[in-house]
This record gives sequence, C-alpha cells and structure tokens, in this order.
Amino acid sequence: MSAPLLEIQELRMHFPVRTGVFRRATKWNRAVDGVSLAMQSGETIGLVGESGCGKSTLGKCIVRLLQPTSGRILFEGCELTALRQRQLRPLRRQLQMVFQDPVESLNSRHTVGEILSEPFVVHHLGDAGSRRRKVHELLDKVGLPSSAADRYPFEFSGGQRQRIGIARAIALEPRLIVCDEPVSALDVSIQSQVLNLMLDLQREMKLSYLFIAHNLAVVKHISDRIAIMYLGRIVEFADADDIHLHPRHPYTQALLSAILPPDPTHDRQRIILQGDVPSPINPPPGCPFHTRCPHATDRCKSDVPTLRVAAPGHQVSCHYDF
Amino acid sequence: MEAENRHPDPSCALTDSLLSIRRLAVGFETDDGLFRAVDDISFEVPRGRTLGVVGESGCGKSVTAYSIMGLLPKPQGRILQGQIEFHDRDQSLDLVTASQEQMQHIRGGRIGMIFQEPMTALNPVHNIGRQLSEVFLLHKTQDKREALALSIQMLHKVGIPSAEIRAGQYPHQLSGGMRQRVVIAMALACRPAVVIADEPTTALDVTIQAQILELMQSLQDEMGMSIILITHDLGVIAEMCDDVIVMYGGRIAESGPVDRIFAAPSHPYTRGLLKSIPRLDAVRKSRLNVIEGMVPALADLPSGCRFQNRCAYRIDACAIQPPLATVGAGHETACHRWRELPPLPAATA
Repeated sequence: MSAPLLEIQELRMHFPVRTGVFRRATKWNRAVDGVSLAMQSGETIGLVGESGCGKSTLGKCIVRLLQPTSGRILFEGCELTALRQRQLRPLRRQLQMVFQDPVESLNSRHTVGEILSEPFVVHHLGDAGSRRRKVHELLDKVGLPSSAADRYPFEFSGGQRQRIGIARAIALEPRLIVCDEPVSALDVSIQSQVLNLMLDLQREMKLSYLFIAHNLAVVKHISDRIAIMYLGRIVEFADADDIHLHPRHPYTQALLSAILPPDPTHDRQRIILQGDVPSPINPPPGCPFHTRCPHATDRCKSDVPTLRVAAPGHQVSCHYDF
Repeated sequence: MEAENRHPDPSCALTDSLLSIRRLAVGFETDDGLFRAVDDISFEVPRGRTLGVVGESGCGKSVTAYSIMGLLPKPQGRILQGQIEFHDRDQSLDLVTASQEQMQHIRGGRIGMIFQEPMTALNPVHNIGRQLSEVFLLHKTQDKREALALSIQMLHKVGIPSAEIRAGQYPHQLSGGMRQRVVIAMALACRPAVVIADEPTTALDVTIQAQILELMQSLQDEMGMSIILITHDLGVIAEMCDDVIVMYGGRIAESGPVDRIFAAPSHPYTRGLLKSIPRLDAVRKSRLNVIEGMVPALADLPSGCRFQNRCAYRIDACAIQPPLATVGAGHETACHRWRELPPLPAATA
C-alpha cells in the first residue's frame, strides 16, 4: 500500500464551555475525542453519525477551519497542524471543502463568475481572460450553462447552487475534498443528480472525498470505506459493503436498522435505541455508547474500548463480538 | 383542462372518510401575480388510517395541510375554490367556510398538528407544563391544576421520563427528540379525530426518528385517530402509511394504497422518485437513476401536465392536464400514458 494521502492521528478538538463572570472555561465540549484515520489517494471515506457526534468538526479540523486541540493531521506526509496560516496557503489548493448549505456558503453579493474566479485570484493564477475561460470550463463540468457566470446565487435552485459550490471546490484541481452533508438539503430527485456529478468528477479528476453525512444509504452508495462516529470517536471503520452486510458495533447495527427502505413489504427486525445521545460535555465513563447499548455489561461502564481489528480491514471499538 | 370529478358516488365516501377534500385550490398573492400552490386536488382521509402525502419542495403538500388547519398565511394565501368537509361526530362541516369560533374549537380540539421543527413550534419563554396546559384550558377544563395534571399525564403517555420535572422545564432544556414528543403530546392532548404531521421526523436523527415513528404508531393504535403524514421521505411513507398521495407541482400525480404505489407505480414521476433513491443493496458507486431537470418554481409550471418538462414519456397530449385514471382498486394516476409505461424490472425493487 502506498503512503496515505491523509492521515489523522489521535485528533482531539475540545471546545471550552465558558461560564461565570470571568468567562473561565469550566468544562470542555469534547467534540472530537481521539480520532485516527488513514485515507488513500482516490478513495472516498464516508463519515457517518448523528448530530453532535463530531463529524463536521472533524471535517473542519482537516481543512484547518478549526485549530485542533491536539493530535496530528498529515496531508501527503506534511503535517498540517504544525503549519501557520501563511504556510498553509499552497496546501489549500490541494484541500477543498463543499458545505451543506449552498445558500450560506456562497456570497450573495457576488456573481457566480466572481465566486468561481476567486480561487484563482487568491492564489494569483492566470489573468482575467484565462480566469474567465476557466470559469466557463468549470460551469460546463458541473452541468451549468456559461450564462450562469453573470447571475447571482439567489437566481439558482438549491441543486444548482450546490453545483456552484462543487465547481468552486474543484477549481484548483484539489486532491481531497471534504464534503459536509453536500446533498442533505436537496430534494430527492436532485440529490441523485448531485451524487452522480460527484462520482463523475471523482473518476475524471482522481479526487478523494471525505464524505460527511447522516444518511447511511447515501454514504454507502458513494463511499469505499465508512467510518461510524459516536460522541467524538470512531466506533467502527470498514469497507462500505462490510459495514452494510456485517456491521459489528451495536450502534452501527441500530443505525442500519433505523434506515427505512422505500418498500412497504420490507420486513425487518428493528433495533430501537432508547434515550438520546449523551452530551459531549459530560460523556459517560467507559464505552461512550453503553448508556444506549442493548448489550451493555458492567465492563462497558468502566472500561473504554479501543478501536481494534476484528477482521481484515474491519476495525471496531467494542469489547465484544456480535 | 380540469380533472374529471373523481367521485362518481360521493355518498359512499361520506361514510368511511373523516375528511373529504374536493377540488381544492389555494393561491398565493405575490408581486408577480397570483400563484396556485395547490391546484384542484380532491382526496379522502379515511377514519383511523394513515394517509401519506409525499412530494418535493413546492409541490403543495404543506399548503394542503395548512389549508385544512385554516392556518394559511394571511393575507397572501387564500383558498380559491373547493371544500374541505370534516365529518366528525355525525355532522359535517366545511372548513373553508367555517367561522373563526368553529375553527378555534376544531384546531387543537378535533384536528391536531405536529410541526417539523419542534423548537419553533414551542414557545421558548413558557415551560412545557404551561404550554401543554393551555391546550386543555382552551378545550377541556377551566381548572389550571387539573390542566397541569392532565398535561403531566400526557407527557407520560408520549414517553417522557420524569414528566413532573420536565413539565417545569423550558424547551431549550430538552433534546430534539424530547421536544418532538412534547409537540406530539400537544397535538394529541384532546384526543383529536385526525392529526396532521408535517415532516415530523425530518429534523431528527435516524435513531430518534425510529423512536418517534414508533410512538406515533402506538398512539394511533390506542387512540384510533387518523394521521395525515406529510413527508418527502418515501421510506417513512412505506413504514407508516396505509394510503399515499404523490403530489407534484400543486396537483396529485398518483394516489392509492401504499403497497400498490410502491409495487406498481403508474406515474412517471413516482417511478422516477423511487428509482432515484440510493439503496443499501445497490451496487456502490454505480450511477443513480435521475429525474432530469429541476423541481420547477410555481411561476415556471407548465400548463397541462406539470411534470411534462422532466418526463421521458412526454407526448403532445401532455399539454392538457390528464384526468385521474383508475389503475386498480383505489389506485389512480394522472398520466395519459400510464397503460404504455414499461413494466418495472423486478430487480430494482
């Protein structure tokens, strides 16, 4: 196996919870709490979990929109976490992000042409003429007419705006794109169009994706491997088909059983988890999932399970085998 | 261009349906003129069953719900034509022409509503017990103590642990799933005949969605109310509903028993939707089937069949709105060419 494109080692992102008159940090929100992950070039890793599990925070740490508390992020062997913002700039060409809400992530006062030429301006690439050509190329690549360049984001539908967001992300021909819930705000019939576009672009440009989403069916479709997160940690990491067919962690099993297939004849045993996800400010001791786990034992209440190899290429963080 | 009258024998519909919506059209006044968000739709809500209304943004599913509740935003939104007949307790009332007082009695009393976003549906400055008591004080009792006791009982019923303590808490102190349970408690407080749920689980996580859907089902088993479930999620429809209406561009594209709609969809839009959903058992990284084009804005709807611009089976006749044709028992589709649609490959189902 070649050297990984992206390697995350023991990453932690703890946000201070400030209280009192002096705004002292009395508690910490452990949004990401010791995540390690390696990603190969050209691969798509899906990152799945429920709200508050830290998946978006992890994505933001990777593109350094957040400075992690501790841990290392290596991109092509270069340690991102040690770089200053200025040193980071050349690397940013390789590392882009697509956001969930294309309304908020596109500047509404700029035309689409201005939005798409900005990456070239920031990185001092080309002149006005070549940038214009590039913008038209990009629009064509994501399936929008070149007339779109002179229009404003609000003139487009949600799906088209997400295409603009994707065009901006691929403008500098990056190697890795972190996609944070890129299709969850879109209508069903538009979702599949955008997913197809992402698959086409990946093949064409040899992109790697870190695909963050809560919808396991969508993630399974687009990913090579899937990491399941719960309360700031990865609880299971395996090949996408393996996750679907042989889930080993009780949480993954519950997530899979909670998917409602569009088929009324589908008969399945549903695992309904009791209670809510605990707060990452005050996570339970032992296994973070033990408060909702149907198989929890006394050991789970005190011993923290580590991510272990349960089968070739299949890591799981549970004391037991299910 | 109008659809044919769907009910050859309205008297038979009267007996087993709770709500009869007839030729309803709802318009919104904007600077660019009047837009018909719902355009001439008719359907029945059967007693004690769950009716799903599915469609994408702007298809008119929520506007239909708000029309039934008499909650259309005023003054822009108004009902242009049609009746919403509510057959409750041996009498019928047209909700379109009902007085304010009558609607106030019905809303919350006989028809409950569950909203999508429980945080905005609840008042942030009143505690849970007080908000829930309000429903009882409006419809059931004058006594505040009794109202609070009933509220706590209702919180128990929707599965909120330590309900006495929770009643004294404010919405922000509750998790999303808990808040949705409170909203459900409010909707069901007066044992309504029907509850309208507008995307009740869309804002929730999947494991919490499973809890809430299970709760709604068990409450329906116990209380016997009808549910109108509005959602964009065909998975939720398949799980919960007895009957389903597929809406597109303010009109009904297809309607029928849920098994028929999923097993033998007879409208190109329904078929397209079902085929475009990524499924767990599909081949990874294969191209998904898509419906070409985009969901049209109300201003851009074509005349005739609303779906024609995106439809692979379009013919000249589609310039005229197709009438609802009967495909099978209770199964109707608004497509000129439904007989000619190719048989579905069984493998994709």
